[in-house]
Amino acid sequence: MNQNDINNLKGKTAVVGLAESGCGMASGWSAMEIMANSVHDALDDAGIKLNEVDGVFAATAFHSMAAMSLSEYLGLKPKFADGSQIGGSSFLSHILTAALALDAGLINVAVVAYGSNQKSIGGFKTISEAMPYEAQYEPRMPVTAYALAAKRYMHEFGASREDLANVAVSARDWALLNPRAYTYDKGPLTVEDVLSARPIVDPLGKLDCCLVTDGGAAVIMTRSDRAKDTKNTPIYLLGAAMEHHHRMVSEMPDLVRTSAIDSSQRAFKMSSYKATDMDTIQLYDAFTINTLLFLEDLGFCKKGEAIELVKNNNIGPSGSLKVNTNGGGLSCVHPGMYGLFVTLEAIRQLRNSAGDNVGERSGGGWIDNAKLSVAHGNGGVLSSQVTNVWGVSETL
Amino acid sequence: MPENLKGLVGPEQQFKNYLSEGKFMIQRCKSLDKFFFHPRVAFPGTGERDLEWVEASGIGTVHSTTCNRRLPEKGGDFNLSLITLDEGPRMMARVEGTEPDKVQIGQKVKARISILNGEPAVIFDILQG
Repeated sequence: MNQNDINNLKGKTAVVGLAESGCGMASGWSAMEIMANSVHDALDDAGIKLNEVDGVFAATAFHSMAAMSLSEYLGLKPKFADGSQIGGSSFLSHILTAALALDAGLINVAVVAYGSNQKSIGGFKTISEAMPYEAQYEPRMPVTAYALAAKRYMHEFGASREDLANVAVSARDWALLNPRAYTYDKGPLTVEDVLSARPIVDPLGKLDCCLVTDGGAAVIMTRSDRAKDTKNTPIYLLGAAMEHHHRMVSEMPDLVRTSAIDSSQRAFKMSSYKATDMDTIQLYDAFTINTLLFLEDLGFCKKGEAIELVKNNNIGPSGSLKVNTNGGGLSCVHPGMYGLFVTLEAIRQLRNSAGDNVGERSGGGWIDNAKLSVAHGNGGVLSSQVTNVWGVSETL
Repeated sequence: MPENLKGLVGPEQQFKNYLSEGKFMIQRCKSLDKFFFHPRVAFPGTGERDLEWVEASGIGTVHSTTCNRRLPEKGGDFNLSLITLDEGPRMMARVEGTEPDKVQIGQKVKARISILNGEPAVIFDILQG
């Protein structure tokens, strides 16, 4: 078997429970407590007992050995654990690893979890070490890296700050339909609002950057045979793949082409679906430039054409592409590492469509007849890229 | 490389030592006839170890550039760019001698060694004409 015909994970595992906790501001709660609440709530959602969990996957900016710390806190003795830290996409890679471990029979029930109280303890939290050959110049990481990519994108494809701003406007329009979103009651954004926001690192202003919030999340995974017997609609992992090409932005081979080109190609191939089959599209939007790059790199349009694709609110609730339907990292939630939240939204849309009660949304906030979602995670400085494709049972 | 590495310094320290001597040196793989940056113990990707240090021409092109906004009392706005050296590799650096938001992609620049936060650093100036 070679890499081109790997499809043995398609449909082998499913998410049967999920939860978020403490999103927004959770003063008085530690990162671990927020993460553990998410796990218990996700287990309740799944109808699975804590002592059935034998696989633990976690990464945070608060714990150097997150999977071990979480296991201890929960009182678990996992047979397999993975605390790999590749930035905000870690959880989408944990899902891939969990699927492998479940399929191999090493474990029966996996939990993938995250928790952060960064906002209530003072702001963006990272445990990233200083980058050699970069730190001396005092880049404001990660913003500077994304600004360098945005500037190069503008240069190569003639994009303007307005084109970037369109992404933030659509994200906010989605958030206005989602009571869970941090900006649910903050009103719409205009392109002018985004352009006139405080400059951070040119060409990115404050509203080109994600929120800084608290929050935790967890998903529960089992093998598909077991998933049929749980109380919720199981949502199957149809494809998953990862790739990364650099750690430091100065080493990024091409500032306007990410390794999401590679991860998405292999994830879609495993799933036997293509980008345009997706009913919902959840992209890791730490900055407005991300959405443009990932729409292109995942194959929704050619390189440089996302500029047109995002015009006229075409990725907003009234548009043709259902992108970041929770409001995204820009307008829903961003507790430092956002990967589990693209996953939650990808799965919630499918469960809602299948008839599960996963919360209230205003009109248009839930996508009718959604059967396939792509969740795409990004980590570091456009570094680690992980793509997961999710579907309901009829897509198997 | 001797197993105990005694009496030698790694390429990161060697790079800094050269900067302290006023030299901007980069590595070249002899068998591949290719330059690379940042400094490493072997050529990235294929692992060749027949490396030598060569003084960089110091000439490069702005590949991308940003103005990092900072309060005046903390030092004010500053430029941060990615520079493609004429030898091929790319590096992060600051471009000085102009307003930090006036640097343009595609401009030719020339390196000098300056002091930044107490340590020698490669800084670029815009080449006129």
